[in-house]
Amino acid sequence: MSLRPKLNAVWLTGLCLILTACRSGEPDTSVPSEIQLARPVDVILTDQGRPAPSILAEQQVLHRGNSEEPQTLDPHLASGVPTANILRDLFEGLTTTRPDGEIVPGAAGRWNVSRDGITYTFYLRPEGRWSNGEPLTAGDFVFSFRRAVSPATAAAYGRMLVPILNAPAILSGQLPPDQLGVEALNELTVQITLSDPTPYFLGLLTHATTYPVYRPAIEAHGDSHVRPGNLVSNGAYRLRDWLPRSQIVLERNPHFHSDDQTIINEVFYYPIEDENTEFQRFRSNGLHWTHEVPSNQFRWLESNLSDALLISPWFGTYFFSFNLTRAPFIDNLELRQALNLAVDRSILTEKVSQFGEIPTFTLIPPGTPDYPSPIPEAADWTQAERQQRALELYQAAGYSLEQPLEVELRYNTSENHRKLAVSVAAMWKQVLGVRTRLVNEEFRVFLQNRALRRNTEVFRAGWIGDYQDPFTFLELFHSEHGRNDAGYNNPRYDRILNQISTERIPARRRNLMVEAERMLLADQVVLPIYVYVTKRLIDPTLKGWQPNIMDFHPSRYLFFVRTQSDTSSPVPGADSDQPGADSAGAEIGQETVNPS
Amino acid sequence: MLNYSLKRLASAIPTLLLLITVAFFLIRIAPGGPFDAEKALPEDIKANLEAKYQLDQPLIIQYVRYLWQIVQLDLGPSFHYRDWTVNELIAQGAPVSFTLGALALVLAFTLGTALGAWAALKQNSVADYSTMSVAMIGISIPNFVVAPLLVLVFAVTLGWLPAGGWSYSFSHLLLPTIALALPMVAYIARITRGSMIEVLHSGFIRTARAKGLPEREVIVQHALKPALLPVISYMGPAAAGILTGSVVIERIFTIPGIGSHFVQGALNRDYTLVMGVVIFYGVLIIVMNFLVDLLYAWLDPRIRYD
Repeated sequence: MSLRPKLNAVWLTGLCLILTACRSGEPDTSVPSEIQLARPVDVILTDQGRPAPSILAEQQVLHRGNSEEPQTLDPHLASGVPTANILRDLFEGLTTTRPDGEIVPGAAGRWNVSRDGITYTFYLRPEGRWSNGEPLTAGDFVFSFRRAVSPATAAAYGRMLVPILNAPAILSGQLPPDQLGVEALNELTVQITLSDPTPYFLGLLTHATTYPVYRPAIEAHGDSHVRPGNLVSNGAYRLRDWLPRSQIVLERNPHFHSDDQTIINEVFYYPIEDENTEFQRFRSNGLHWTHEVPSNQFRWLESNLSDALLISPWFGTYFFSFNLTRAPFIDNLELRQALNLAVDRSILTEKVSQFGEIPTFTLIPPGTPDYPSPIPEAADWTQAERQQRALELYQAAGYSLEQPLEVELRYNTSENHRKLAVSVAAMWKQVLGVRTRLVNEEFRVFLQNRALRRNTEVFRAGWIGDYQDPFTFLELFHSEHGRNDAGYNNPRYDRILNQISTERIPARRRNLMVEAERMLLADQVVLPIYVYVTKRLIDPTLKGWQPNIMDFHPSRYLFFVRTQSDTSSPVPGADSDQPGADSAGAEIGQETVNPS
Repeated sequence: MLNYSLKRLASAIPTLLLLITVAFFLIRIAPGGPFDAEKALPEDIKANLEAKYQLDQPLIIQYVRYLWQIVQLDLGPSFHYRDWTVNELIAQGAPVSFTLGALALVLAFTLGTALGAWAALKQNSVADYSTMSVAMIGISIPNFVVAPLLVLVFAVTLGWLPAGGWSYSFSHLLLPTIALALPMVAYIARITRGSMIEVLHSGFIRTARAKGLPEREVIVQHALKPALLPVISYMGPAAAGILTGSVVIERIFTIPGIGSHFVQGALNRDYTLVMGVVIFYGVLIIVMNFLVDLLYAWLDPRIRYD
């Protein structure tokens, strides 16, 4: 008889399964909206622009979903968005960003730029410390920059530092790392000499490849210098615990120069690859911040979780590209243009991708600061006009309904890619009668095939800018770039890119970039679809973040506010959480001298 | 018995060698390499990395070198998780997978045999049919369906348990253990029922009953032990099933076990990690089958291996 309780349990579970199975078979919209999110109190700021202590929640522990396990926490070897998120909390470059993405002083309190835009002099904060309390010096930066360009390090993003004098020669092993144009003028002054003026250089300095690393830890521990207990960093947080594929735990760094302004005490990063799993963890209150949202749930999220859903433009473009080295696209501009015009972007963003992505006809996201996009004429036409023109061009290229083009469209495994590819193929079929074969490949197989250029025809691509400058997109199509999978080889284009690198006058440089993009679009190298958006769920009581196109959200700016139902008295001001009572804002609006 | 055990263990070595060889070359055949990414590394940097991990040498040299490493119990550095060695990653993941797998096996075994025996005793009753129908559903619903449903009911809707994550606590272990065990509970229940019915109809049970033994003693002392033999022989494959099942379960519940390393390692072309997990699984399955054989002999005195 002792079986009975167990049996009941089995029955209950079975029944639940059957019931829920029936329920989940219904359309998404019928799922009752039982989601009760906590309602936050209104944010009150002090005179210094800091959150008032009275609104802050007692618990300031942040749980962030972060997509995947970092490959490494060594800032010079790291790559990928999830790793960058963690490193941004652990380290600080010479410059850093505000919640809105604007570049502000980081480890350097201020800087000068020489009139010709070649020499940058950074003055480190005298109070700057490593997480073990040791002073952060100019020598640390010199060591770190040299390490990042040394071929022995094999830094993933070593090429980011190419604007610095002698960096290319050092990266390729022709010069020793100590020839790099970075030197310490004294304990607290770093001078960086560039080979050419690089208007986005201050932005580059927010990238992980430029973060300082702690020499004694590297010398003592070698490859394991990033383990908990070994890792010494200079950011707002330090590493407390790391269980691979489970969690990374950061705690606030008491030696950080602005630690008195940090509010979140602990940050947990969870590598959750499956977006549905992440979504369920958010719904069951296990996460405050997700990396993604399930791609086909927009309507449901909008009607049930709109308070938590954040969608904002990102500095990246989703596009298809043509293999220009093979038939049918080699020397066939009309055909490429016809396929480009036949695609109705607004249907793709409204009906297929659905998350408010912005339809685009350009490679570089329109709205990039200080960059007037060369929007093609066709963008202003109606879709019917585009289709009409597409048909004319298609016929001019020698195809017709009787003799249709047969083409292969290749993409890597993902629900969203598949849906977009199917839709694009349907549009080509409907407008032009093109017969498209869809080819789905596992990611690395896909990357290799793309790079080989031997069997691709049309393929999916996408690019998220590494730094906030149109050049990060344009350089992809330089004939010698490693990711020029289209095989675009236009000496005039290469020449303009080289000119952009050496141009000293910002306005002229901008015009050159516009000219380069116009050329790229006129040559129909790419078929832009939409500007990416970041989409995530954020707990409504978590404040302090602002949407920004680089999608940088350092934990040090965030804070939890109390909920409206929380009737407990305001947080006692005794602990170190209390913000506001300091010279807040000191790091913003410091003396900076901009070039020209 | 000792003789048999030694022979069995010796025959495991060529099996493992074959496994290592096939896996080593298969993963190298897959297109793409560990250092390919959408943001391509410059050729010189990629060459530096390949030299560092000795990927620039002829495949056969790499193979021999790898075998020599294995003999020294060194599985090498992970190509993808560059701060860790494969030994470390497996040492971190194995206890997690073991805990989960062992709990699931225990749950599946106890619940499955109890249910099966019960259904057999009530043969052809409503209880029998309903138990077996539920068992059939349990077998047919894959665990990647069961697991999200469990999460939806017990974590999201009822809010009783966390939706994922890991700690050695009841709340974190319960749902993944159930999701992993459920299909097996069903399978074991069906096997037990079948063999139990057969045993209950055999002569020695009739004799036991005729002797006037209490029914409880007849079942527990005489019927259950022979009825469990087919279940025991299923435990070997079941352990393998737990391993492959855990790949899915670990992903859904974000559990840092070995299973998720297997899938992600293959996608990342993390050659050493995949090899490490293959060897680990291989050894595990060989050992499990060996143990099952020993257990079998212990349960059935007619079986002797010498």
